[in-house]
Amino acid sequence: MNDIHTYQKIASQVRRDILRMVTGAGSGHPGGSMSSADILTALYFKELNVTPESWNRAGNGHDMFFLSIGHVSPLFYSVLARRGYFLISELGTFRVYGSRLQGHPSIEAGLPGVHQASGSLGQGLSVAIGAALGKRLAGDKSRVFALIGDGESQEGQIWEAAAAAVHHKVDNLIAMTDWNHQQIDGTTEDVQSLGDLTLKWNAFGWECIVANGHDFNSIFEAFDRADSLLGGGRPVMILFETEMGHGVDFMAGTCEWHGKSPSKEQCERGLAQLEETLGDY
Amino acid sequence: MKKYINTGNKDTRSGFGAGLSHLGATNPKVVALCADLTGSLKMDAFAKAHPERFFQCGIAEANMIGMAAGLAIGGCIPFAGTFANFAAGRVYDQIRQAVCYSETNVKIAASHAGITLGEDGATHQILEDIGLMRMLPNMVVINPCDYNQTKAATIAAAAWQGPVYLRFGRPGVPNFTPEDQVFEIGKALHLNEGSDVTVIATGHLVWEAIQAAEILETEGISVDLIDIHTIKPLDREAVLYSAAKTGRVVCAEEHLMAGGLGEAVAGLLAREHPVPMRFVAIDDRFGQSGKPAQLMSAYGLDAAHIVAAVKEITGA
Repeated sequence: MNDIHTYQKIASQVRRDILRMVTGAGSGHPGGSMSSADILTALYFKELNVTPESWNRAGNGHDMFFLSIGHVSPLFYSVLARRGYFLISELGTFRVYGSRLQGHPSIEAGLPGVHQASGSLGQGLSVAIGAALGKRLAGDKSRVFALIGDGESQEGQIWEAAAAAVHHKVDNLIAMTDWNHQQIDGTTEDVQSLGDLTLKWNAFGWECIVANGHDFNSIFEAFDRADSLLGGGRPVMILFETEMGHGVDFMAGTCEWHGKSPSKEQCERGLAQLEETLGDY
Repeated sequence: MKKYINTGNKDTRSGFGAGLSHLGATNPKVVALCADLTGSLKMDAFAKAHPERFFQCGIAEANMIGMAAGLAIGGCIPFAGTFANFAAGRVYDQIRQAVCYSETNVKIAASHAGITLGEDGATHQILEDIGLMRMLPNMVVINPCDYNQTKAATIAAAAWQGPVYLRFGRPGVPNFTPEDQVFEIGKALHLNEGSDVTVIATGHLVWEAIQAAEILETEGISVDLIDIHTIKPLDREAVLYSAAKTGRVVCAEEHLMAGGLGEAVAGLLAREHPVPMRFVAIDDRFGQSGKPAQLMSAYGLDAAHIVAAVKEITGA
């Protein structure tokens, strides 16, 4: 699949899934799910060297992805289901009692595609570093990816991990930030300014790439560039400039929809803006 | 009273270091992480022998726990070591989500636990860690009593599939359990057959309990003595059998009364076989600076206080 339009179609369906899952559950996090949707679509439908058939939790011999921002679970579950990790009909069980699709990703629930529980922020990058070091020890040449948030980057552990990855020369790791500039209480600038993330990651010693997280050409270029930097003794960070709530006009560019479910009418308004390309679940 | 011989004082942290070195030589899956306390935790021999399997994490414990979880996912058996205060209290949420809830095979090596850490004082003397760790689903909590048992427990922890919190201490204490012991997680050791009262002790209090039982024997009180190195999963059969036999239980531990061994035993007995109990533990206060033995005496954690608790409960 090299046609950009193909990925745009998948992402449109993924965004429909997100809206319908959150509306159906009456809770969840649509804003960040929408802002990361194109990144995860590109990752799972092209970049990651793993298939639903080859996937196992240990990740030996294939690429691994760690979602640190566990609250974008509707996005994660939709992409996994659309990629074939489980039936898309299961998306309708999101946040329901007894479901494998817990509010935040869980190991206990046993959903294929999930390497680690996440939800309490700040932890996923550290886990990804550990997994990458494990691959290095085992002589496993596959890669480790992790997605963190910009708001999440207020957590101290992110910067502990940033220093550790450089110190241990973790150069089989591609971390990504969904840089949507929003968090629950407002803009990241207003809540607690992050400053220039590019300067920060560079200062910590990471290879740093900035890309447009809603332009598949830019996303794939960033992945290619990141891949070319692996093995060079440094970890790689891709800062994806994104917009919270991207794809639905009334959700876009505001923190209002970080963790709120739309009404049925709002959901319909949103769905009218997103082409049904692969068939709703 | 069965005789126990102190073969010479040794610190339990050195037992951990020896166990880790044994694992390093025998199990290539074992890796170690440490937060700038390699010497204090006696991890330096492992680090020197297996530099590729040792990860110095600096003073960044939260990240260390996450890294250990990531290593475990891929199939390594990581031992993440630091002082118990930082290994349990500081990183509770990391252990909760990345280790216990995620079911990663991480072993947390928690040294300098309790007031026997000594002169550094209360900021470093965690007395709540058994409680914190045993509350977590999936977590095993082990508090061995001497050098030999700590070494054996370390080796057993590596063979256990799942999270383990291994708690040990700083000072030299009597080493009296067999060098070649097989350590079975969750299986209490019956140190003495007695009939008047049950004493259940863990960690540094086990030797004190042996001393207490010897004193009590001279006064005609027969102690059924249990070393309960594994606080979770608790050896139900051992506790219930002994409590049913003697009808009185004294628990002894270097920990707060809240959340510790005593409460674990009390919870079991309250549900299954209520008997009078006494608790040799610290009641709702922090530690302070001092010599380990001095602090143990001042905080009521020695043979004399176990004797007093037994006399109180037996009415002797």
